[in-house]
Amino acid sequence: MRAVELENVSFAYGGTLVLDNVTFAVNEGDLLGMIGPNGAGKTTLFSCMLGLLGGYSGTIRIFGEDIKKNGRVFSRIGYIPQRKAIDQDFPATVQEIVSLGIAGPRKEKSDKERIAIALETVGLSEVGHRRIGELSGGQQQRVLIAKAVVNDPELLILDEPATGIDLETQNRFYALLKKLNQESKITIIWSSHDLDAVSKLASIVACINRSMFFHGETHEFFENPDLLKAYSEASMQAHMHLHDHHHHH
Amino acid sequence: MALEILEFGFMQRALIAGVAVAITTSVIGLFLVLRRNSLFGDALSHVAFGGIAVGLAANVYPLWTGLALSILGALGITKLRQSARIPADATVAILLSSGLALGILIVSASGGFTLDLFSFLFGSILLVSVADTMAILAMAGAVLAIVIVLYKKLVYITFDEEQARVSGLRISALNYLFVVLASVTAVVSMRLVGILLVSALIVIPNVTALLFGRGFKKTALISVGISIFSVVTGIAISFAFNLAPAGAIVLVSTATFLAVLAARHSARKQLEEQAKA
Repeated sequence: MRAVELENVSFAYGGTLVLDNVTFAVNEGDLLGMIGPNGAGKTTLFSCMLGLLGGYSGTIRIFGEDIKKNGRVFSRIGYIPQRKAIDQDFPATVQEIVSLGIAGPRKEKSDKERIAIALETVGLSEVGHRRIGELSGGQQQRVLIAKAVVNDPELLILDEPATGIDLETQNRFYALLKKLNQESKITIIWSSHDLDAVSKLASIVACINRSMFFHGETHEFFENPDLLKAYSEASMQAHMHLHDHHHHH
Repeated sequence: MALEILEFGFMQRALIAGVAVAITTSVIGLFLVLRRNSLFGDALSHVAFGGIAVGLAANVYPLWTGLALSILGALGITKLRQSARIPADATVAILLSSGLALGILIVSASGGFTLDLFSFLFGSILLVSVADTMAILAMAGAVLAIVIVLYKKLVYITFDEEQARVSGLRISALNYLFVVLASVTAVVSMRLVGILLVSALIVIPNVTALLFGRGFKKTALISVGISIFSVVTGIAISFAFNLAPAGAIVLVSTATFLAVLAARHSARKQLEEQAKA
């Protein structure tokens, strides 16, 4: 069964084509690592898939439903956006933040129990009563994951979740992704710059640079020197471009 | 003296209406302060001033015309913020000055300030009629009921609008509803502290409560507590010393803010000294 299917998806900001005819599918149970240079359109692609950007052409189906026709399918997705600064003074406890993810009551479990389970999953049972701003960056990121998994999503989308977190926390974070994928049977789409982590963790790799550059089994990508070379060249170019940009300003 | 105060009918009405206003302004205010929109209430009350002038000139119950105009202004400014790229604080300035200008225009056309209009500018909690009290209670009750029902959604859009949108919340509808609630709150509180001081009740108890560094519900409860304390103490002081209640209420809340700030400062210093030793 397909979790996600994209057919000829294109998107332009102003006159600039950011996504060009992207077609790919994610099966249920996959752990897909999405890689691509800066500005390759990963975040834009996610925004289209999550219904945040409606002006794309082509079709996006999630669990078989066209997202433009059936918005209810979004309730089956958990989303962790690219890290941005949480207001450190925001007056909410960890439990209160996680509770925001609960879309509706469940008969079999109280909200309180569900929050406790989600916090246990991400290893933060001890700090449920603390204020979110008192936690470290890595812990805050895990709170957001708990908020996403508290509603028992079938698909989890994470946009460069490990950026700016120290190495040890990153490793724990990757172990958590693996656990969610294997034990909780959640399909995961996760974008990253960390090729090493993707090669170890992902079952499927999608490499995007405006258009789909490679999509297939992880080992196929990492065992193909031509692909790796092309990828690093594209990354380098994007990097230099970014550098140029900074100089001009 | 406390019991003596309660023997007067006008005092009973003042306290009942005052407590209702205290609760509503601090609850709505917490969302406004966290959304960096502290002066929105001030702008809405100035628009309501224009509406009240219309009501007094046209001989209609002024709270209703004030309410109508402030809701229209709030919806209009929200629309403007969504469609045109105008900075939020600039839209507040446009709303505030236009409302006041309308009021001044109508006042000048109808022959100068009347006592009624004056009482809306500076508050007149000791003059509220039974009808005023009923209107204030009904509006405050409606605002609180809606906030309680939508509590989690409002917290979510305050915490992170984009994530709230992804989770399926109808952000635009919630934002429109929220500014309507803020308009009602601004109009309700005008009787208590007057148009010029509405933002004090919306902002000061919440900024004080945020100093405690607690979760959302606790912060809201602390803020409500400070707000009620300020209103009741302010009314008592104004009665005892024959002073303007609006000024007394706002200065009590400012004094509370400074006291909490000082207490926190000295607590922090103590901790630092302990850490050194």
